[in-house]
Amino acid sequence: MSHDGITVDGLVREFKGGIRAVDGIELQVRPGEIYGFLGPNGAGKSTTVHVLTTLLPPTAGSATVAGFDVSTHGPEVRRRIGAALQEAALDNFLTGREHFELQGGLHGLSKADRASRAVELLERVGLTDAADRKVGGYSGGMKRRLDLALALVHRPSILFLDEPTTGLDPQSRSALWAEVARLATDDGVTVFLTTQYLEEADVLADRVGIIDHGHIVAEGTPQSLKEQIGRSSVEAIPANPDDRGAIEAVLSRFGEPAAASPKGVAVRLAGGSESLGQVVRALDGEGLEVAHLQLHAPSLDDVFLAKTGRSLEGEEEEREEAAA
Amino acid sequence: MNVETLREIGIIANRSVRRTLRQPALIVPTILFPLLLLAINASGLDVTKNIPNFPADSYLDFALVVTFMQGGLFAATTAGTELATDIETGFLNRLQLTPLRAPAILIGQLAGSMTVAFLASLVYLAVGLLAGAHVEAGFGGALALIGLAMLVALAFGGIGSIIGARTGSAEAVQGMFPLIFVFFFLSSMNLPRNLIEVGWFRTVASWNPISYLVEGLRSLVITGWDGTALWRCLVTAVAISVVSFLGASATLRTRMART
Repeated sequence: MSHDGITVDGLVREFKGGIRAVDGIELQVRPGEIYGFLGPNGAGKSTTVHVLTTLLPPTAGSATVAGFDVSTHGPEVRRRIGAALQEAALDNFLTGREHFELQGGLHGLSKADRASRAVELLERVGLTDAADRKVGGYSGGMKRRLDLALALVHRPSILFLDEPTTGLDPQSRSALWAEVARLATDDGVTVFLTTQYLEEADVLADRVGIIDHGHIVAEGTPQSLKEQIGRSSVEAIPANPDDRGAIEAVLSRFGEPAAASPKGVAVRLAGGSESLGQVVRALDGEGLEVAHLQLHAPSLDDVFLAKTGRSLEGEEEEREEAAA
Repeated sequence: MNVETLREIGIIANRSVRRTLRQPALIVPTILFPLLLLAINASGLDVTKNIPNFPADSYLDFALVVTFMQGGLFAATTAGTELATDIETGFLNRLQLTPLRAPAILIGQLAGSMTVAFLASLVYLAVGLLAGAHVEAGFGGALALIGLAMLVALAFGGIGSIIGARTGSAEAVQGMFPLIFVFFFLSSMNLPRNLIEVGWFRTVASWNPISYLVEGLRSLVITGWDGTALWRCLVTAVAISVVSFLGASATLRTRMART
């Protein structure tokens, strides 16, 4: 494996009570690649990041980061990686610039280098104007951007981002995606990114690993994973709830049942999206009215559903409802 | 301790002092609360000086050093709370991702609480002198008093750090405050040991290391340079500092399970 990549072989991390947060995962991340690690809360994403960043020793298996074993060469690994962990842990009583002083100093950068890196990175993440304000007054998006910039202060070749956009507004999320993409394409930084957002993995990652209950259940490029599912699905919401059974019967002629919203009925179209016209005509022929008819192209959620029997999107909505 | 560790300690200490000085809520109670207690005790218990063999001319002189002890206790709470907060917020993980060593974190973190203790000591001394207290050991004794008070703060800070590192909870650290305060009252803080008439209380006070810390500091104010009281105080403070620092260091190493 190259010195800027990650290799994980049979990695296990067990906690007290025998709980296996990570249960024998295997993966490889190539240099300069953005690897998206997708999964619901509690799937084992953050534990994997903690092991790969040397913050937690593995229970079994091995992992090599930047050419060094995380179990036996922690200091060498830490010198070569940057990490923005889930909680964007910053000191509310220090300014943005003082964080660079602290982090750069601990990484052994000279005073002049720390100062110039602070100017350069604060500019890059759009925080120059806020550089001398205490972080306690920053918004969530500003804190995330500062956290990302701090992870880069010592010019790491591998960057770990643990759910970097959770809780951010769409604008801040897009800005962070752009910066992460630029780091990989322009600077050649290898990025290991965990996320629970399907769109984030789809837009940003060169390859995606889907983790559930500590196991990787699927891996590949977003496109190849979606192609594994292959076919589009159609969902119909009856205009009259009493017609649900009849609509289900009509749709079943065109494919196997698929996940649908609580009021809807869906099937994965055996004939692909081209058969949508036939579906419409069949429903019309039976005199069934639908309030809403939608064609879904295969998504990473379909991949997750196919592999685990659960919908990641459903969990995402539940999370957002709970947060609201 | 090599140059690199010293440099790391300097960086963490710089942060600790900055963030402490930017939190008036940490500094103001540390200064005000002991002074309020001093004011109440010095006025309410002043007749105590009339007890035969009472070692001071005024209760203010006798009780002044209690403020330094309470300041040290606040320093312990500050040290423990700050460390626990870093664990709670994940800031410790940020530090762990750098080459920083565990002892450097501990020593550096204690700098903030020591700063509070130093500032508080200056205020206690100034207020005490303005209120009419007299330091028998003179100017040098006043300096020694501040130095010993800092050592006491370091000793208590180490205990606070153990609890902070062990629990990772700022609330748990603050919860220990009343517990340690009980040890204060079971010492010779309010009355010399030879004047404590209740047998079990005198025994407990004689075994309580806090008594020796108080008596060492107090000797500078009411007696002058009392070698016995001072060496007992110094040995007790150094012993608690070393044991608590080693304990905190081991606890933090366990907490920092990085490879």
